[in-house]
Amino acid sequence: MILGALLAEGWEAMRANRLRTFLTMLGMVIGVGAVILMLAIGQGAQLMVNESIASMGSNLFIVLSGSSTAGGLRLGSGTVPTLTLGDAQAIGELAEVSAVAPASPNTAQVVYGANNWSTMVAGTTPSMLEVRDWAIVAGQSFSESDVRSGTRVVLLGQTVVRNLFGDEDPIGKTVRIKNSPFLVLGILGAKGQSLDGRDQDDTVLLPVTTAQRQLFGNQFPGMVRFIMVKARSAEVMAGAERTLLELLRGRHRIREGQEDDFSVRNLTALAQAAASTTKAMSTMLGAIASVSLLVGGIGIMNIMLVSVTERTREIGIRMAIGARRRDILLQFLFEAMMISLVGSLIGVVLGIASAMAFSRLGETLVVVTLSSILLAFGVAAAVGVFFGFYPARKAAELRPIDALRYQ
Amino acid sequence: MDDPLVRAVNLGKEYATAGGVSFPVLNNICFQIDRGEFVAIMGHSGSGKSTLMNILGCLDTPTRGHYYLDGRDTGRLTIDELAALRNRLIGFVFQGFNLLPRITVCDNVALPLLYAGTGKAERRERAAALLEQVGLGGYAHRLPTQLSGGQQQRVAIARALINHPELILADEPTGNLDTQTSAEIMKTFQTLNRGHGITVVLVTHEADIARCTQRLIRVIDGRIADDGQTARLLGQPA
Repeated sequence: MILGALLAEGWEAMRANRLRTFLTMLGMVIGVGAVILMLAIGQGAQLMVNESIASMGSNLFIVLSGSSTAGGLRLGSGTVPTLTLGDAQAIGELAEVSAVAPASPNTAQVVYGANNWSTMVAGTTPSMLEVRDWAIVAGQSFSESDVRSGTRVVLLGQTVVRNLFGDEDPIGKTVRIKNSPFLVLGILGAKGQSLDGRDQDDTVLLPVTTAQRQLFGNQFPGMVRFIMVKARSAEVMAGAERTLLELLRGRHRIREGQEDDFSVRNLTALAQAAASTTKAMSTMLGAIASVSLLVGGIGIMNIMLVSVTERTREIGIRMAIGARRRDILLQFLFEAMMISLVGSLIGVVLGIASAMAFSRLGETLVVVTLSSILLAFGVAAAVGVFFGFYPARKAAELRPIDALRYQ
Repeated sequence: MDDPLVRAVNLGKEYATAGGVSFPVLNNICFQIDRGEFVAIMGHSGSGKSTLMNILGCLDTPTRGHYYLDGRDTGRLTIDELAALRNRLIGFVFQGFNLLPRITVCDNVALPLLYAGTGKAERRERAAALLEQVGLGGYAHRLPTQLSGGQQQRVAIARALINHPELILADEPTGNLDTQTSAEIMKTFQTLNRGHGITVVLVTHEADIARCTQRLIRVIDGRIADDGQTARLLGQPA
C-alpha cells in the first residue's frame, strides 16, 4: 500500500476515536517525558560531579599527617602534624611526581576596612596552584623566594574577595589577619564546590613559612598538616603511591610491621568512585522512567487489540476487495506507530518543559541533551512497532470469510 | 481465454461441529459459467447458496473438489495470490452494502485501486468518473451513512466496477431494498451484463429477482437441483 494512504488511514482511525487515542497517547507522553526529565536530572548531576572533579585537579594524592598516640590517647589523622616541609621536598624529587605542595590550613578572621570574614587560611607553596590546576585571575602569585623569606603576602579566593571588597579592586590593598597586615598579591580563579560540598573559593593562601612563623605560632616548627601530590599521569598513579609510601616510611623511620604515622589518599580514585556513583544513579533514573514507556507500549497494544476486534468487519471488506495480509498488517502497524510517535513528540516537548521548570525551581543542574531526546524518541518508535505488531498480525491473519461474517 | 471463467469440479464443503461430527453444506457441485453469462444462484436459506458464493469469490475454500477461476486452480494459490485475484477479477456486491463508514463515498469506491497500487490522482479521477456514471456524482464527498440504501448499493456497485472486473458476484444485492429500488439495481446489473459484457452471478431467494437473469442454478440441500434457462425453469411471472 502507498505511504500517503497509510498515513491518511492512520490519521482517520486516530480521529475517529479521539478520546481513546488521546488516552493511549498519554501513556507515551508520560513515558517519554519522564525519560527525558530523568535523563536530564542524571546528566545534570554527572556534570556537577565532573566539574568538581575537574576543579580539584587531576592525578592527585593527598598525604595526611597520621594519627599519633599521646599518653595512651589515640588522636585522629592530621591532629598532630607528622609531615615536614622536608618530606614535601623529598616527594617532589620522585620521578613519578610532577608537583607537590604542602599545606597548613587554619581558620582565621580576615579584616579589610569595616568588613571581616572568617575563612580558611592555608600556608603553602606556589606549586599549590599547579597541583590544584588553580589559575590566578588578577595580580600574581607569591614566589619561592617569598616562601624562603616569609613575606606577608596573600592570595584571596573569590568568596573572600566578594565578602571583604565587594566591587573594590583588592590588588595592592592590605588585609589584616590576627592583627598583622598582609598585602594582597593576587586573586584565585573560581573553583566552585568541592565533591563534599565545601566552597573551595572560601580560602586565603599565603607562604607556608609566613603562616607558621607569624600567624599560627610555632608549636610544631617546619611541620605541615598535609601534602598534596600531583602524579605525572594517571598511569603512574599506582606506582607513585607505592614509592611515596616507601619514601615516607624510610624518612619517618617506621619499621616493618609498625603503623604509619601518615596516610596517603588517592583523590582521583575517590573522585572516580563519586563519578561512577552518579552515573549509576542517573542510569537507574533512566531505567525507572523507561518502565513507564513500557507501560505506555502495553497501553497501545491493548487499544490496538480492541481496535482490531471492533474493525473485524472492515478488515473483511478490505480483504474481499483485494487487500493482502501485508496491507492489513501495515495499516494497523502504522496506526500504532503514529499514536506512539505523536505521543512521544508531545512527550519530548513536555519533558523539555518540565526539565526547564525543574532547573528553575531547585538549585540542581538539569541538562537536556540531544542524545537523550533521540534515545527517548527512538525507544518510543521501537515500542510502537513492538507492541503494535502483535495486534496488526492478528488482524492480517484473519480469514476473509470469518472477518466478513463478523457481527 | 479458452477456459471458462468459472469451473467447479466436485465441490464439497463440510463444517466440523463441536461434537466432532462433520456437517455437509455443499455436495458434489459441478458446473461452469462462461464469460458474458448472467446467472442466478437460487435457494432457500440454509441451502448452501451463500457458501457456494463465498467459494466462487475466493473468500472461502472448499473442503473437497476443485474450483478453477479464469483457468487457475484456486486451491493451489496462496492467500495473497487469492487477494490479488479478487482485486483484479472480481467485484463484490453484498446485501448489507459493506461500505467503510468512516471514509467518503469517493474513497470507498477507490479502495480496490489502493490495493492494486494505483496512484492517488488516478484513484480519485476514476472513482469520480464512475460515481458520475451511477448517478451519484454529487455525493462523492459524503459519508456512506448519509446516503439512502439504494444509493449505498450503487456506491458498492461502483466500487465493484472500479478495477474493471470480469466477474461481479452479488450476494442478495436487493435484500435490504424496496421493490422499486430493487428493480433499478437489477436494471443496472442487466446493463452491465449486456452493455459491457461483464459476467454477473447473483445469489437470491426471490424468484422475481432471479427472473432478470438468463440462467438459473437452483441449490437445494447443498446440491444442484436445476441448472438451465431462467425463463424455462421459472416460467412467466404470475
